[in-house]
Formats: sequence, structure tokens, C-alpha cells
Amino acid sequence: MLKPVTEKELGEAVRQADGPLAIRGGGTRLTGQAGMTLSVSGLSGISLYEPGALTMVAQAGAPLAEVEAALAAENQRLAFEPMDYRTLLGTDGTPTIGGVFATNTAGPRRVQAGAARDFLLGVRYVDGMGRAIKNGGRVMKNVTGYDLVKLMAGSWGTLGVLSEVSFKVLPRPETEATLRIAAADAGAAVRLLSAALGAPYEVTGAAYDPAQGAALLRIEGFAASVAYRAGELTKLLGAGELVEADASGALWTAIRDVAPFHGAPGDVWRLSCKPSQAPDLAARLEAEALFLDWGGGLIWARVPEGTDLRARAGDYDGHAILMRAAPDTRARLGMFQPQPEPLAAIEAGLRAKFDPRGIFNPGLMG
Amino acid sequence: MQMPQPDAGILARKSRLVARLSQLLPPDALIQDPAETRAYECDALTAYKCAPMLAVLPASTQEVSDVLRICHEDGVPVVPRGSGTSLAGGALPTADSVILGVARMNDVLETDYDNRIIKVQTGRTNLSVTGAVEEEGFFYAPDPSSQLACAIAGNIAMNSGGAHCLKYGVTTNNLLGVTLVQMDGTVTEIGGAHLDAAGLDLLGLICGSEGQLGVVTEATLRILRKPEGARPVLIGFDDSEVAGACVSDIIKAGVLPVAIEFMDRPCIRATEAFAHAGYPDCEALLIIEVEGSDPEIDHQLGLIKQIARRHDPVELREAADEDEAGRIWLGRKSAFGAMGQINDYMCLDGTIPVSALPMVLRRIGEMSKDFGLDVANVFHAGDGNMHPLILFDANKPGDLETCEAFGAEILKLCVEAGGCLTGEHGVGVEKRDLMLHQYAPEDLEAQLAVKDVFDPAWLLNPAKVFPLALTETRRARPMAAE
Repeated sequence: MLKPVTEKELGEAVRQADGPLAIRGGGTRLTGQAGMTLSVSGLSGISLYEPGALTMVAQAGAPLAEVEAALAAENQRLAFEPMDYRTLLGTDGTPTIGGVFATNTAGPRRVQAGAARDFLLGVRYVDGMGRAIKNGGRVMKNVTGYDLVKLMAGSWGTLGVLSEVSFKVLPRPETEATLRIAAADAGAAVRLLSAALGAPYEVTGAAYDPAQGAALLRIEGFAASVAYRAGELTKLLGAGELVEADASGALWTAIRDVAPFHGAPGDVWRLSCKPSQAPDLAARLEAEALFLDWGGGLIWARVPEGTDLRARAGDYDGHAILMRAAPDTRARLGMFQPQPEPLAAIEAGLRAKFDPRGIFNPGLMG
Repeated sequence: MQMPQPDAGILARKSRLVARLSQLLPPDALIQDPAETRAYECDALTAYKCAPMLAVLPASTQEVSDVLRICHEDGVPVVPRGSGTSLAGGALPTADSVILGVARMNDVLETDYDNRIIKVQTGRTNLSVTGAVEEEGFFYAPDPSSQLACAIAGNIAMNSGGAHCLKYGVTTNNLLGVTLVQMDGTVTEIGGAHLDAAGLDLLGLICGSEGQLGVVTEATLRILRKPEGARPVLIGFDDSEVAGACVSDIIKAGVLPVAIEFMDRPCIRATEAFAHAGYPDCEALLIIEVEGSDPEIDHQLGLIKQIARRHDPVELREAADEDEAGRIWLGRKSAFGAMGQINDYMCLDGTIPVSALPMVLRRIGEMSKDFGLDVANVFHAGDGNMHPLILFDANKPGDLETCEAFGAEILKLCVEAGGCLTGEHGVGVEKRDLMLHQYAPEDLEAQLAVKDVFDPAWLLNPAKVFPLALTETRRARPMAAE
């Protein structure tokens, strides 16, 4: 395993590579890439944190826990709520901030606050020729040149290896509560979730868990405001149970980390879709278990090993990612949904520019 | 400011191009009379003017594709244009170019409140997107000052922001899908009504690419339910450094206002003389707006006022009603108009880390004396997006050049302070030659390589964003002209 401790060493490692590199942060996600492992976990530390400017700069290998602890000390947080994959995927290792951004990982708050990519302000990365490149910066508004920051977010290490990230953080709210309203099925639940998200009460989590038979709606903010909005939502949607503070937090940690599937066998898929399509789509999946997040815009599905869920899903506005499966299934179905032309040609063209030798996680995304 | 010499060969082939285009477009969509093409000679950066060879006003994605394909085959540069409100010269033509205006494509294609999206043709103006959904209580969040006139196409090209992006983000945070037409006529659908489009984040790449990667003809945008209410508070200070510290303390206290606007004394005085908003005559003024129900607003403004009082404000005025709220915003919203009454001005929009604010304001003041030109500062303080307005006299020989030199020094200062050249207006031609102050050549090469993928012949808005010397060999590639 290659484990550079500076960006210069990272560039050197890439330049000297003579075959595929499996790019890794903390190694908590299953990509099953062949080749020499290149870990950025040696590039560590928070280099700048300005709470009054809501910005932080960290090396890509900085542990997520270290970042979150520093933010918590100033009563701030990563608003996009990155999930912890370890229990779901049966991996160990230490999640890194670089890995969070490289995979554009976002949790339930994505529906209101945005994804990791919406908070990423600047990057430094090493391209496929070993050159260190900078894009963006550490200010919240920046349209100076092309936005390669967004391109790097969610590119899973296939365009470049992140060495440093700067990102926006947000204040941690005073408290939170969850309104749990009974829902007979996914159709009823999505109607509730849509009504809530279309109301002016700033719902920051909107999920449906069939196991609880309920739609879950999270509200965050100052205590009086949370109580007020919970009351208004109840008037709008009907009575439910109010789960407060830490108990509410635990509910959303479970949704975020896909706890309903922990310890259960089978493949795990993650579908992004138009929320109103979710009920029909969910029915077509014939999953052993599933639940909805993002107001219905995200479906987590658990199916028997080897199932081609994309074939079952048929036509809809969105795409499916295979999050957990045996290596042979991953090889057969691919983690990411193949892109249609002419998108595939554009992506191939970009890869050829950023990584002309095709050594970064080859084949992972296309 | 230099633009590439027009290509004599292209100009000589004008009639052939007109003939081909007129087979595809209705007569009124093809503008070739020099008296009429002059209407497209500049955008809102009026210091630079050059009429295009032709202007076309297609009415559909298919027509855009046809026009681009033909221009591509003929090796003719194309300059896309939304409403022509760019302050950076993003839609400035060259004499051998075709202006492709999207103004005729302004339909709403779909509104979907359950999924909280609207799909529009991109010639539609920013404000009329909100206009299409406000009866149902929804709005489109990005709100650039030019929102009455500016088109969604231009908003996407420049990744436009606005006064309320501290809470709602800028265009890229509210864009879910696009129909993109590449220079060779290829039509690509990216994203849609779902969150997080598949594959690489091409939406994020296209947003803010200044019309150089393709022409966006349709867009799926996120719409939000309007808050129950909003109310501003006005706070005046004797010292801009103290005002900056107050902003930082408010943010650290966990309050997230929807807007924090800052004006300095020259700006306050100019707007008072123009708009009579009743602003105090002080060194620095903050307008802070929060949203929610009345009790929620009371609570947040209570915290803000409590923090502000610790910084000895000379004025602290909360809007008691709609009318007073309107007056608090009146001066800020007329700031640019007020400046225009006094003088010609150049508006910059470099962004700085909020912590660098006092230093940057002090240095701008010093430079103002050195260059002999007055500056008024008005900006989005919550996100560090400055808007220094440099006053000059366009009729006085040399004044524009002095103003540009002064502006360049301010932008370099923004970069030195850890910020950037432009926060929301874009690079265009205006800041093109300053790019090497922010980026190393290899950083820019990575960006140029992206354009190579989308537009290998470098025909789409080619002389913008990057220093001409860096793009010269790419722009000079032999065309399949015959």
C-alpha cells in the first residue's frame, strides 16, 4: 500500500505508478478495486478553521471524527450529514473527510441543506500525471473559472486524488424534534412527506420506514421555533407522536446509517428518484426490505444476493447504485448505473484528460 | 482590453452562412442588418462594444442545435446570450461571431409542487420563474439584483447568486437538470427531477462555465415554499471593523440570517441623496434579515440585537411593519442606481474571507487616495462577497483606464486575502487577464482541458474567462471551413 504523507509525495506516488491504483481514504466503502492501494490517510490535519466565516480547510486524510469534534467544540457541524458506512458494509477503518467529499456522501438533511458537493468550496488534488492542481478556494461565493470542485465531488477518485478540501460548515441548532405520523403504505407516506416539504416549516428530514409504519419529519432550530413548527405540521398533516431531542437524533442516525438493514443478509441498493415515483417504483423492486428518505427521493432496498435491481426497476427518473454485494455481483452489475450516450462520451472524454493513463480506480464509474 | 482579430475568411463567407441559417430559421429569427446587429454589441459591461456578424434568435432546442451544428461546420464562433445583463462582458461579441440569443425560449414547461420543481426554457427571466409559482406560495431562491431582466440561461452560465444565498445557496445549489446543446449540435439531457444526477457531476461543471461548454436550453429548478414572513433590522456603526466583528459574532452565535448586507459611508450618503431611505450617516451599516413566523422572527432578531448592542451601534432599527421593512431595503436596493446618478461606475465582486474584511476595506480606502478615484462599498457581508463601486468619468480621457487599473488592484488584494476574483458576476472579458493571479498555469490548463472535451474546436464564447495568450493555440486550430 502506498501511503504518502504530503501532497508532494502523493504526486510522486502517482507519477511512479505503472499500473492501476485503488484510491482510498479510510477504506470504509466497498469499491473492490484491483491494483495497488493508494491511501490518503497519511495526509492529515485541519489546517484552518474560522467559525465566524463558517469555513474549514482540512487535509483529505483528516479523520471525519476529528473534523466533527472540532466543529462540535464551536457548536457547528457538517450540515449534509455524512453517513457512516461501516456497519452496513461490514468494513472497518476510519472515515476521512476526503472520502466523504470524493463520494459526495450525504444523509437525510440532503433534502433541505444539500449534498456534500453543495458545501465543498475548494480542492487541491493530484491528477493522473501526478500534477498538483487547485480549484475553488475557501470563500462561500466563487465563480472564478470552471467549477472543478463540483466535478471532483462524487467522482470517487476517478479523476484525481484529493489532497486538501475546504468546505462550508453551519451552526448546530439548539434542538430538534421528529414528528412520527402513521402511514399505511409508501403512497400515503410520500403524500405526507411532500406536503411537509412543501410547507414553510423547514423540515430537515423526511423519511418513511415501513417497519415503524410511519412517516418521520424532522424539525431543527431554537426550542420555541421547533415546538411551533411541530404544532403547525400537526395541524397540516394530522396528529402524530413527537419524538424530542436526543431520541429524535437517534432516529435520524439510524436512517442515515441504514440501520434497518444492519445484520441482515442480501445486496443493498440505493436509488435516487423523483419522489412522486417512489411508491410505484418501490413496489416494482419486490425488495425484502426497503425504506425511503429525502421525501421519497431516495430508496434504500435490500434484495436477495445477485438480483439485478436495475432490470426490476425499469424506467424512471433517476438511477441506482449498488452499495453492497459480493464481488462477482459487483463485477456483473457494476456499482454505478451505466450512463447513456452522449453523457458517456463526455465522461470518457473528461477521464482521458484528467487521468490519461486510466490508472485511478479504472472501471469504477465507467 | 484586447479581443481576437476577426477572421477575414469567416466574414467573407457570411452570405453562405446566412443562406444556410435562413433555411432553418424564420426570417425574423435571423438578424443580419448592421443597424440591427448593433443591438447586440455589448451587455451590461458597456465599456466594450463590438457588433456581431449575425444574431440568431432560435425558438427551440432543435433550432439551437441546428444553428450550432451549422456554425460548427463552418468554423464560426458563437456567443450565447441570455438577457445581456452580464457585468463582466460574458456576452460581448467579436465581429466574426454569431450571437445566439435565447430570449424567445421563455416557456414554463412543467410545474410540479409535489416534487417541488419547475422546468423552464432558459430564456425565461429569473423573476418570472418565481412569478410562475408564487400563487401557490412557492419561489425560486437565487435572486441576483438584475432578476427582473436576467435570464435563467445567463444565471446558469454565471452561477448567479443574490442577496439571499447565505441561506438558500446560489444557482448551482438549486439546479437539478439541464438540456445542453454542445457546439457540434449534440443534445444532452443531464439530471432531472431527482436529486444527485448519475455519474460525474456535469451539472456542477456546466453551471458557471460562462457559456463555453454548451448552450443550456431547458432547466429543471428547485422551488421552495415561501417562508411565513421576513423582517430586516438596520444597524449602524462608527467603525467598519466593528461591523465586521458583529457579523462574525452573529454567525458564531448560531443565528443564520437569510441576508446580511453591508454599506459603507460613501455608499450610504449617495443612496440617501438618491432614495431618502432615512439611513443614519455612519461609517458602516448592516441590514440583516431573518425569516419565519412572527414569534420566530422576534426571537432571532432579539438575539441579533443583543449581539449588536455589545458592539455599541449608533443606530439599531427594527422594521415594525411592511412599510418600514421596505424603507430599510430601499436604500440598499437603489445603491447601484444612486451611484449611476452621480457618476459612471465600475462594479467589482471579488470575495474575501469574512475575517479579512477590515484589512481589505482599509486597503481599498488607501488605494482610493492613490488612484484619485472614489469608491463606495456595498456587499453581501455574510458570505464575504464584496461589491466595491469605483466612480469615474467616462468622458474624461484616461479615467476608464485608471479605474480598470484600480479595479485590478482591488481584485488582486481579494486574492491575497484568501479570496477570489469574482463571487457571482463571472470572469467574462473583464477579469480574464487576472486569472493568473488566482491560479497557476497548470490549474488553468486543467480547466482548458474541460473545454477541449465539450468544444474541441473552441468556437463557443472562445475569448472569455482565460487569458488570451493561454488559449491562442486552441482557438487557432484549423477549422473544417470548406
